[in-house]
Amino acid sequence: MKKTIMTMGLAATGLLAFAGSAQAATLEEVRDAGEMRCGVSNGLPGFSQPDSSGNWSGIDVDTCRAVAAAVLGDADAVEFIPLTAAERFTALQSGEIDMLSRNTTWTTTRDASLGLNFTGTNYYDGQGFLIKTALGVDSAYDLDGAAVCTQAGTTTELNLADFFRANDMEYDAIVFDTSEASAQGFDNNRCDVLTSDTSQLAALKTQLSDPESAEILPEIISKEPLGPVVRQGDDEWFNVVKWVLFGQINAEEYGITADNVDEMMDSDNPSVQRILGESSNMGEILGLDDDFMVEVITQVGNYGEMFERNVGPDTPLGLNRGNNELWTEGGILYAPPFR
Amino acid sequence: MSSDQGPLRPGNPKPWNDPRVRSLVFQIIAMAAVAWVGYTLFQNTITNMESRGIKTGFGFLNETAGFGIIMSLIEYNETMTYSRTFLVGLTNTLLVSGLGILFATIVGFIVGIARLSTNWLVAKLALAYIEIFRNVPLLLQIFFWYFAVLGNLPGPRQATEVAGVAFLSNRGIIIPKPVFESGAGWMGMTLVIALIVSTTLVIWARRRQAATGRIFPAFPVSLALILGLPTLVYFLTGQPIGWDIPTFGTFRFTGGITAIPELGALLVALTIYTATFIAEIVRSGITSVSSGQTEAALALGLPPRRVLRLVVVPQALRVIIPPLTSQYLNLTKNSSLAVAIGYPDLVNVFMGTSLNQTGQAVEIVAMTMAVYLTISLSISLLMNIYNRAVALEER
Repeated sequence: MKKTIMTMGLAATGLLAFAGSAQAATLEEVRDAGEMRCGVSNGLPGFSQPDSSGNWSGIDVDTCRAVAAAVLGDADAVEFIPLTAAERFTALQSGEIDMLSRNTTWTTTRDASLGLNFTGTNYYDGQGFLIKTALGVDSAYDLDGAAVCTQAGTTTELNLADFFRANDMEYDAIVFDTSEASAQGFDNNRCDVLTSDTSQLAALKTQLSDPESAEILPEIISKEPLGPVVRQGDDEWFNVVKWVLFGQINAEEYGITADNVDEMMDSDNPSVQRILGESSNMGEILGLDDDFMVEVITQVGNYGEMFERNVGPDTPLGLNRGNNELWTEGGILYAPPFR
Repeated sequence: MSSDQGPLRPGNPKPWNDPRVRSLVFQIIAMAAVAWVGYTLFQNTITNMESRGIKTGFGFLNETAGFGIIMSLIEYNETMTYSRTFLVGLTNTLLVSGLGILFATIVGFIVGIARLSTNWLVAKLALAYIEIFRNVPLLLQIFFWYFAVLGNLPGPRQATEVAGVAFLSNRGIIIPKPVFESGAGWMGMTLVIALIVSTTLVIWARRRQAATGRIFPAFPVSLALILGLPTLVYFLTGQPIGWDIPTFGTFRFTGGITAIPELGALLVALTIYTATFIAEIVRSGITSVSSGQTEAALALGLPPRRVLRLVVVPQALRVIIPPLTSQYLNLTKNSSLAVAIGYPDLVNVFMGTSLNQTGQAVEIVAMTMAVYLTISLSISLLMNIYNRAVALEER
């Protein structure tokens, strides 16, 4: 869209004109501004979506709020900047946003050649296919010749090409610049299949004119670890964003929730005491207040609460924890210890 | 004495009072300032990108792109490089702009002339068309044609078929593809011969008319030659053109030539939108020709159609061409709205997908800007040459 092009043009110009001095001061800049600028998706249920009065919600949005709570003590001190997939990295590189939390897959190229750092994974995902039930196809291996709707500038687009090539099948790629547009294309029958990360498919399915007319095929064709991203070269800020998420995961592991955080302050468990800053200088060495995790958990909650509230079984998306279960519960969620 | 001549014939002024020297100096200063700003920006960018660990340079153009593109005029598949995706995007942009300019010019001229028609209904219909489509944003029109019109066509399984060989569905129009067999070359040669003969005929007819005043019907004769001769050869050589007729598979039609709906919607929207502006330009051009010219031509006994073609339009072109050029430029630049409906133009394929896969924002944005600049300057140059060719020759 024209707006996209303009934003990208501006972002590229921003990259040109950006002064070389502001290298390692994101934490101070955010403190001075009293607000953090967080790049999010421009509308993906469960991950980041504004309601009719402009309040954002979703797991990616909560990840931003958690960082704001840790740094500024206020989970609402966030300016959400909606970005398309194609705009997101330039916006971060050029300093238009302080962090990116936009269902972004962690890959080698992105980590190594774009001047970016991935701080962790807030959702372990995999790419799948959504198909009209009426077509009577029940395996991704029967999709030879299908028209596939997808979103521009994503790993999805590349995995799609790899999958069809590896299985010696042909396809037509119908590429849109937002996930809503690709869902609309699928709804309008422009394509037979919609491909995306399965969590997104679950979200987009709820937005179809007849959600029951489509189903997700069983095959998962890729690994998609999604997580927040910061600029390279600012280790202080990198550590802050990284350890807020680790803190939320650790909090769930030790049973600290928004409801019981006050009682937990008196816990005898040394691990709990360290997380809550009762008996440690974890906050200080990160450049934050020692009780930063108390703010995060009170205002946003631990990882499990964040998951349940936005994408869990009781939400319209109805996703199970699956891989996103704690390592102690059979999942792969494993955060380094606070020590 | 020489000192007395001072007030009568002023000598050269002092350099700092000489307007020519002054303007030269200021222009040099301005140039230097611009060059310095440019150089600083460039250096700053390189330094910043290096210090942030962002890869720079054009090496990415030789890397494998790895994504599919729905439509390409040149051969393309996922194993090809980013320089290939650049060419695919470029040719797709040129295709939609070229066709758009052609159709918008035709529609614009017809509507512009219709707007001045003495027939009340024709004039008002043209007016209504212009006012409606000129005032609705182009993006909305693109969405309208794509989602509301083409999107509501039946799915490929329920495709509307024409004589069992062509199919219309929301996946586009699929027509049989000609397969040239040996012998088809003769048809091509006949076509070339017919074109040469027709051109000669037109030149001869024009000379004869200038010399004797008699008119020879060159146009219908040429048309008959160009269409008739190859057809005759087609049957003589035993019908050497076969047809690849599309057939329905599990999901889609295979074979044939497909025109995708994204191209259709974009082309229709660009044509209809730009044609309204061209129509107004044509109208203003025609009204600029003094009515005395028309009256004089009619008084000579020329039929109205020839008055328009031989007297009015040639004079109107002087007024029409400069603003028409800028409409052509607008149409070309507006074609970048393709990204909204997924037509794989340069902005969508290269500045969208390729940029995002490689992250080489500065290089790719610079290349894309250079392409649009080149296209615009080329159109401008061609139109200026044409403008000079149709300029009034005062005798």
